[in-house]
Amino acid sequence: MEHFIQLFVRSIFVDNMIFAFFLGMCSYLAVSKTVKTSFGLGIAVTFVLLITVPVDYILQTKVLANGALAEGVDLTFLAFILFIAVIAGMVQLVEMIVERFSPSLYAALGIFLPLIAVNCAIMGASLFMQQRINMDPASTQYIGGVGDCLAYALGSGIGWTLAIVGLAAIREKMAYSDVPKPLQGLGITFITVGLMAMAFMCFSGLKI
Amino acid sequence: MALFSKENGEVFKGPLNLNNPVAVQVLGICSALAVTSQLKPAIVMGLSVTVITAFANVIISLLRKTIPNRIRIIVQLVVVAALVTIVSNILKAFVYDVSVQLSVYVGLIITNCILMGRLEAFAMQNGPWESFLDGIGNGLGYAFVLVVVGFVREILGFGTILGFQIIPDGAFMENGGLYLNNGMMTMPAMALILVACFIWVHRAVNKEQK
Repeated sequence: MEHFIQLFVRSIFVDNMIFAFFLGMCSYLAVSKTVKTSFGLGIAVTFVLLITVPVDYILQTKVLANGALAEGVDLTFLAFILFIAVIAGMVQLVEMIVERFSPSLYAALGIFLPLIAVNCAIMGASLFMQQRINMDPASTQYIGGVGDCLAYALGSGIGWTLAIVGLAAIREKMAYSDVPKPLQGLGITFITVGLMAMAFMCFSGLKI
Repeated sequence: MALFSKENGEVFKGPLNLNNPVAVQVLGICSALAVTSQLKPAIVMGLSVTVITAFANVIISLLRKTIPNRIRIIVQLVVVAALVTIVSNILKAFVYDVSVQLSVYVGLIITNCILMGRLEAFAMQNGPWESFLDGIGNGLGYAFVLVVVGFVREILGFGTILGFQIIPDGAFMENGGLYLNNGMMTMPAMALILVACFIWVHRAVNKEQK
């Protein structure tokens, strides 16, 4: 139980997807114009993460890992193709669910909903999970079961949501600021994210 | 059409400057920020992306008439994933230390928006040779940003270039000099601010591009 909480809190604040690893930057920058849409996207990303990380974990340990399928068969080189196939399939599913139950969110997210499939945060979480299986079990980053995967995915998703909602709130206010012309739009957004990342750096020594 | 006609030249040169994938089209930001704390991984990453973009463009361009429209994203992803797997294994075999430094970001080339963007926007409509040039051009435009940011971060953060020390030993504070490495530069936050400065300069120079 203690490990779950450690992993969960750590992946929200210390190993934040955006501020520590820059994952999912494209949609992060493009969708963070209003708080409402960005919250919707954050929820969608969290949901997809919660499904794909455990599924990829099971695939990794039961099929791909050295000797998992049959003695002497190492399929780890197939990991990229298999993971992306799982992610693309899941995103298709989420798209259908959102379209059915929340047409307004579906319209607001537009092209970015199918693009979650190529959101690096999703793929990145699966690849980090793959790395962390081989870590020292005493480490707070270790992932050793489906439960750990769920804690990690939920934490990463919430961390990503936190980051995008925060940026959207700042950008809503920033619309009234006087920014130098060449810096407007993308440039100032980058600087804002940089300052937010600096703020998040003070969590890096966090011990739970 | 001639192989090196004027239009093809434009296809190649556009992404290097006026249409830079990172600074203007805002594609492929994730890896551009994450691998640039030193110059060497930045160069390796830039080259890998260039090679993968070029060949993925060629393959998709050759297949473009046979891919059913509804499943084109999956087809593109599979082609890219196969190429990335090859490149990742090549990196592991020949430059193992860099591939450890790049860690998950090699795998994340699959989800690099530059690739999907170019495949969707260019390779699906154009012939293999133009697509190849477009891929090389975009890859190099991306690599250029990486190299600039990696160069600044490495020299200010570690005082080295490609691992060779540039700032003389005597200049450092612990040896009685006045210079101190800026530890901030090795942190993720500075990568964002440096890319912002790059975009700022780029937009200020190319005013007509808006």
